[in-house]
Amino acid sequence: MRRLPVLLATVLVLGAAGGGLHVAVQPGWSEVELAQVRSLSLEALPPLPADPSNRVADDPRAAELGRALFFDTRLSANGEVACATCHLPDRQFQDDLPLGHGIGQTGRRTMPIAGMAYAPFLFWDGRKDSLWSQALGPLESAVEHGGDRTQYAHLVAERYATEYEAVFGPLPDLTMLPPHAGPVADPVVAAAWEALPEDRREAVTTVFADMGKAIAAYERTILPSETRFDAWVASDAFPKAGLLSEDEIAGLRLFLGEGECVNCHNGPLLTDNHFHNTGVPAAPGLPEDQGRAAGARLVREDPFNCLGPFSDARPEQCGELRFLAPDGEDLVRAFKPPSLRGVASRAPYMHAGQIGTLDEVLAHYASAPAAPEGHTELRPKALSAEERAQIIAFLGTLEPLTPDVKRLAEAPSRSAALRERSLD
Amino acid sequence: MTFPTSRRALLLGLPALLLAAGTAGAAWMMRVPSDLDLSREKATEAGLYMAAVAPVEEPVTVGPMHAWTVTLTDRDGAPLDGARITVDGGMPQHGHGLPTSPAVTQDLGGGRYLIEGMKFNMPGWWELDLSIEGPAGTDSVTFDLVL
Repeated sequence: MRRLPVLLATVLVLGAAGGGLHVAVQPGWSEVELAQVRSLSLEALPPLPADPSNRVADDPRAAELGRALFFDTRLSANGEVACATCHLPDRQFQDDLPLGHGIGQTGRRTMPIAGMAYAPFLFWDGRKDSLWSQALGPLESAVEHGGDRTQYAHLVAERYATEYEAVFGPLPDLTMLPPHAGPVADPVVAAAWEALPEDRREAVTTVFADMGKAIAAYERTILPSETRFDAWVASDAFPKAGLLSEDEIAGLRLFLGEGECVNCHNGPLLTDNHFHNTGVPAAPGLPEDQGRAAGARLVREDPFNCLGPFSDARPEQCGELRFLAPDGEDLVRAFKPPSLRGVASRAPYMHAGQIGTLDEVLAHYASAPAAPEGHTELRPKALSAEERAQIIAFLGTLEPLTPDVKRLAEAPSRSAALRERSLD
Repeated sequence: MTFPTSRRALLLGLPALLLAAGTAGAAWMMRVPSDLDLSREKATEAGLYMAAVAPVEEPVTVGPMHAWTVTLTDRDGAPLDGARITVDGGMPQHGHGLPTSPAVTQDLGGGRYLIEGMKFNMPGWWELDLSIEGPAGTDSVTFDLVL
């Protein structure tokens, strides 16, 4: 509909000409360019947005309860799976696997958590619209935690009653409730749930939603940390080489320019938090994945969404949900770009870990293959091997600072010599 | 900072170029056509109405959701009340539509209407298309925006 074939040729010509230009010279930066670079830095990160759907989002007691729940393996069918099983704190809260492994194997790559509180939609397909509703999904998934609502409510009553009641008020009466009941895939557990009176189901579901709200309060405290790129932007040397090498800066220019990476990876979290079909191949052995086309439907149907009965928001505070694009060709096999902070140490890539290395990712973006379904937003790019290496070098500057570099970046003497030595 | 004069002249001129219309060959960050009409007040295509758009809060930035007002007048310059407006748009150079589904949520009176749910998720050239159904008939107008 909005496709202009003429532009393709223009882009290719400019791509070839522009690529050579960036490698050959190191021109200065215009104010517009500098503003765009600064917009990627942590200094540009706005305050954490409020979550009106979660009244305890910023309650430290809720965060403490949520932290305990996040690491509690009793929240599972076999006593071995916690949120932290796949969201490993020392691994950027992800698991380095192509597909997540809980009770069974999921159909998607585990996403990192830092800065997710800024995302209007969660999961690769955005089928949840808050951190708290996101946290509830895996708890009831047969292949992730594999548990159910009455099991979780009983656990809260037995192990966390004091902490829960301090935040949310009195627990409902859970006596006579079956040990396992909930709207899950297991037919026995689902039948037990259906057999409960509606008011009891609602009471249990309220506890369940509150667990999500506590976990969300904890996850809101997981924020991106300073990287070498951020330190460079904040340094006296900026925009000259220093904490970043000439190659890394050349990679940044390509990232903003001919690579057009910044189209989707923009802002201080280096994601636009939207959904894009980039022609990523289907993962062998997995069912068809419609991406956002399914996610947009699921989030509107979700009883835990911003407009639902367990949300604390007023309808007018649910703008993202009220005005989401519900359907259309753009949504088919569209997935959310993850933040590129920490991406270099977070292989494999894409929504089902289909691509093993950043070099292969760049090769994919340069060749722009047709999408398995829907239409890719990519167009082929004439990026040389050197240019791809420079973009990857830039991505490497988005790793959290090592203590040594951090010390140098914060040293009272902000001399260029020190900064350059830190690159050794 | 030193670099060749011609380059400096080019780069110093860049913000003005981008603000005015964007530039194709010189700038590496945007290839926005040079002949875009960035005015926020236009006659509709068949000339039935005049339409003006304005963000409720400036500046409009990439990322957050925001609201706009539309002000409509008829051919005689009288405020156009009771019009039905639908909102569409996208990025012509990227082949995708708006990331959200914005809608008119309030008739503010005096020919003014509130559009909520607008969002631009990328820098570059955006189109905002309004279809306006009023007493003189249905007409449309496209505004070009560069972020």
